[in-house]
Parts: sequence; structure tokens; C-alpha cells
Amino acid sequence: MSKLKVTKKMREALTGYVLVLPWVIGFLLFMAYPIYYSIFLSFNRVTISAEGIVTQYIKTDNYKYAFLDDPEFVEKLLLFIKSAVGMIPIIIVFSMLVALLINQPIKAKGLFRAIFFLPVVITSGEVVNELFSQGATAIPLVEKYGIIEIIKDNLSPAWSSPIINLIQQLILILWFSGVQILIFLAGLQKVNKQVYEAASIDGASPWVSFWKVTLPAIKPFIAVNMIYTTVDLFTNSFSDVIEVIKANMFNLTTGFGYATALAWIYFGVIFVFLLFILLLFRNNDDVTVRRKRRSA
Amino acid sequence: MEQMKKLQKSNLFSAYQLVKRILLGRQGNDGFIFKLFVYGLLISVGFVYLYPILYLVSQSFKSLEDLLDPTVLWIPQKFFFDNFTQAWHVLNYMDTFWNSVLNSVVPAIGQTVSCAVVGYGLAKFRFPGKNIIFALMMITFIVPNQVVMIPLYLMFNEYHMLGSSLPFIIPTIFAQGIKGVLFILIYTQFFRTIPVSLEEAAQMDGAGFIRTFFQLILPISMPAIVVVMLFSTVWHWNETYLTSLYLGDSMTTLPLQLKTFNDSFARLYGGGQAVGGKQNINESIRMAGTLLIVLPLLVLYMFAQRRFVEVVDKTGITGE
Repeated sequence: MSKLKVTKKMREALTGYVLVLPWVIGFLLFMAYPIYYSIFLSFNRVTISAEGIVTQYIKTDNYKYAFLDDPEFVEKLLLFIKSAVGMIPIIIVFSMLVALLINQPIKAKGLFRAIFFLPVVITSGEVVNELFSQGATAIPLVEKYGIIEIIKDNLSPAWSSPIINLIQQLILILWFSGVQILIFLAGLQKVNKQVYEAASIDGASPWVSFWKVTLPAIKPFIAVNMIYTTVDLFTNSFSDVIEVIKANMFNLTTGFGYATALAWIYFGVIFVFLLFILLLFRNNDDVTVRRKRRSA
Repeated sequence: MEQMKKLQKSNLFSAYQLVKRILLGRQGNDGFIFKLFVYGLLISVGFVYLYPILYLVSQSFKSLEDLLDPTVLWIPQKFFFDNFTQAWHVLNYMDTFWNSVLNSVVPAIGQTVSCAVVGYGLAKFRFPGKNIIFALMMITFIVPNQVVMIPLYLMFNEYHMLGSSLPFIIPTIFAQGIKGVLFILIYTQFFRTIPVSLEEAAQMDGAGFIRTFFQLILPISMPAIVVVMLFSTVWHWNETYLTSLYLGDSMTTLPLQLKTFNDSFARLYGGGQAVGGKQNINESIRMAGTLLIVLPLLVLYMFAQRRFVEVVDKTGITGE
């Protein structure tokens, strides 16, 4: 009997392995090996000759050059970090707002959903660049009422320029929230409806029940969205840092080795961002509960 | 008299209650004011969302006179189709369109199938090391493309695959490719919602896991399949950096053509500021070109959109 059980278990595991195998092969081929090779390249000077790739080990010179000598990399990186810090909260808050709105019992729900997911389909680098350069992504109202002038007059240039940047790219920012809206909507649908009823019987206003019921329930989804937004922002084609990396790839004096080094520095920055988000959303409740139990 | 007054008062009170109920609602979120607020917000945010597209459509139908005329804001005086015919030729539309299809739909089919298989394995089977695989997946999701791009470029170069669609298609067969992990997660979530008893019933009837998967699981997973197919097609279609890197000069896709739109236009129709008599490019023609590039995606979205909402309602894309 027990033998049969084992074989059944083994069979299940085996089937599982067979099904997952394509991904594992793909991972080794298109991820693991390239990652290893790119770390290797980042410590080398890479030249491409007629015979193929010639690598010359130069220790951490590529990294040193990036921080100490490169005229544009650090500057672009810092600028990008600044704008990301501004954009991530806006995208999160906005997509949550939209998700809350279309989760209401409203008429023409399908139409509104269709509109808000639409940007997912067309937000591509080239098309959006085109719209952007034609001024189609700036809200005319903002210019009309001189909001930008007000900000310019009242804030120091160090702060006003990123804020103005944000306002001018507002539609772009909103357009980046398609997937996030989807994720929040999925989260909202998992909140138990009875909790709302109970709250309203206890006299909670919608405002209160948002803060006390909805927000705690979708907290994990906020974390997921922040991670997604970070990855999305950093890896899409609007990033100036990526432009620098690309430019260096085919630059004869710096080349592939330097470009990979820049890519890894960039990865480091993303990683720090993600760590920060995870720290922010670490579940404190569990820890306190455990502590209380132990003391009791 | 006294009674009359009392009656009047209670009437007034109930009328007040009624009005209050209509305006504010029973629970505070079903009243008229709240509804007005919700619809107002939805419509205005919706407008902001659609603004670039409306702008795109309106602009692309404008003739040069309309473009220069400040009184023409949204609706052109006459619909001017020349922009589209010119943009059509500049983009070399039919050839480029098929290239785009080759470089987006074929990889999308690859991802739709392979990610479904992997997602099924993760959702329905227990095996040691599953958590490790999940962790590795999350890592590949986070690592920016740029890190692996250069080695991959060199690798595809070694295999002489550059200049063809193979660098896009082959990774998708192995459930990799653009945002492959996201698709695996979507499938995993969806398959988890399918009750085990359904599969057990099929197994009782003597179906092996392959038959169960193809004849039972896949047909009821249509919403997830549609969503993955749509996302994958769209993201591959819109990818310009990797396409320009891998394809080189041998092939071009629609979004790539937009990059070189001005040059192609000059080649086809002449132009340049100094040359008189020849036609110059204007925003309307570029906008018509842009519209032509997103049009296939919009059509695709129109068909897929219903399923799209369905899959969100049924499963939720992330989390447990």
C-alpha cells in the first residue's frame, strides 16, 4: 500500500518536472548563462575583431570609470532616480483610485474598464514618443491656468524642475498604470463583501471603511504594484540610463564590457529600490502577534 | 389645529428624510451626490486617458490648411485622407505589417502555449524544488533586460540568428521572452481556481494528464489564454529596442518605421525646407502614420477586451 503511494507521489512529481522543464531549459539558456557571462564581461575590456570576441581582464576599471570619469552616467542615473521616486507614488495612488472607482456598481462598467486598460495596448516607446513630441500627452488645462508659472515662482529650481516635469508628463504617468489598475481591481474583488456590511452596520462611513477595511485588505497588492511599477519604470525604453547603456554598447572606446558594467550598476539601483519596498511592506503584524503569544 | 401642525411636521420630516436618502443614500455610497461625484471623476479621468488618442485621430484627418487654422480645434473642416495614403506608402505598410505580425504573433503563440504548460505544472503538481523555481522566476522578472541583452546578442550572433525572427521565437518556446514570467503567473493563478475534482473525474474516466490538459483544462481556460495572447502580442509588437538590435537592417517592423518616418518620407516625396514645389512633411501625416501603427492593436483589443475583464473578475492576476 505504502509503496503504491510513493510511486503515485513520484509520478506526480515527475509529471510536474516534465511540465516545468521547458522553463528550466530556457532559464539556463537565456538567463543563467547570459547573467554569468555578463558579470564576466563587466570586468573585461571587450573588443570585437574578425575572429570573434576578445576579452581582456581589467578588474574593476569599468566600474571605476562609470563613477569617476564618465561625464553623463552618474548624472543621468541620479536624475532618473529622482523622477522615479516622484512617479511611483503617483502611479500607485492613481491606479488605486481608478480601481476603486470602476469597482463601484456603476453603469457602463465595461466601457470604463475598456478605456482604462486601453493604454496597456498602445504604450510603446515609439508611439508614445511620437505623441509626446507632438504635445498630445500634455493636458492643455495645465498650461492655460499657468500652474507651471506658479510652481516656478514659488519653489527653488532644484525642486520645481522635477515637479514641472511630472506635471507635463501626467498623462504619460497615468498611462503607465494600466496593469496596476488591473492588479488592484483583482485585489479589490477578493475583499470579503460581508466585512463592508458589518462595518456599515457598525456605522462606519465609506471614508472610514476605506481606511479600515479596504486599505489593509489590499496592502499586499500595493506591494506587488510598487514592485511591478519599479521594474516597469526602470526597464522601459524611456529610461535615459538605458539610453546611455545602449550608446556604450557600440561605442568603440568603451564597448560591451563597459556597457555591461553600467547595466549591473543599474541593476544594483533597482535592487535597492525593491529591497526598500519590501522593507516598507514587511508584515509587522505577524511579529507582534508572535511576541504577544510568547509572553502570554 | 394642533393635530394638523403635527401631521405637517411629520410630513415635512419624512420628505426631508426622502431627499436626504436620495442625495446621500442609505450607506453613504449609494446616494445621488456620491454617484454624481463618481461619474464625474470617471468621465474626467477617462477623458484625460483618451485625450492623446482623440488628439491623434483628430490631427490625422487634418489637411495643411486645417492644421494652420487656429479656429479648427478638433473636427477638421473636411476629412482629409491623403495623410493616410501618404503615411501608408511611407511606412511601406503591407510588407512592414507582415513583418510586425511575424515578430509579434508568432512569439506570442509560443508564449501562450509554453507558459500554459509551465503554469499548469506549477499550479497542479507537487514536486520538490518548486519554491526554488518560483524564486528563480522572480529573479528573472526583476533582472533588467539590459543585463542579459549583450550576452544574448553575442550568443545569437554565434548561432547566426541575427537578422531573423528566431531570437524572438526561440526563447518563447521555452516560456521565456518578453515578460514570460508574468504570463506563467497569470496561468498559474487561473489554473489554481479550477477545482481538482474536475480533473479527478477526467482521470476516473481514464484520461491521462495530457488528455486532461488539452481536452478539459485548455477549453475552460479561454479567458486566460486570450489575455496572455493579447499581452504577449502587444508587448512584442511594441518592442522596438530589441527588434532593432536583433533584426538589424534585414527587417523592419511598424513601430521601427516610425523612428525613420521623416527620412523615409523625404526619400519618397522629396521635401526639405528649401525645396519649393515639393511636399513637406507635417504633423498630420506623422499622426496618420502613428494611427496606422496602433490600429491593428486597437482592433485586436476590441475583440479581446471582454475576455480581459472576465479573467480579472474570475481569478485576479496576482496574489493568493
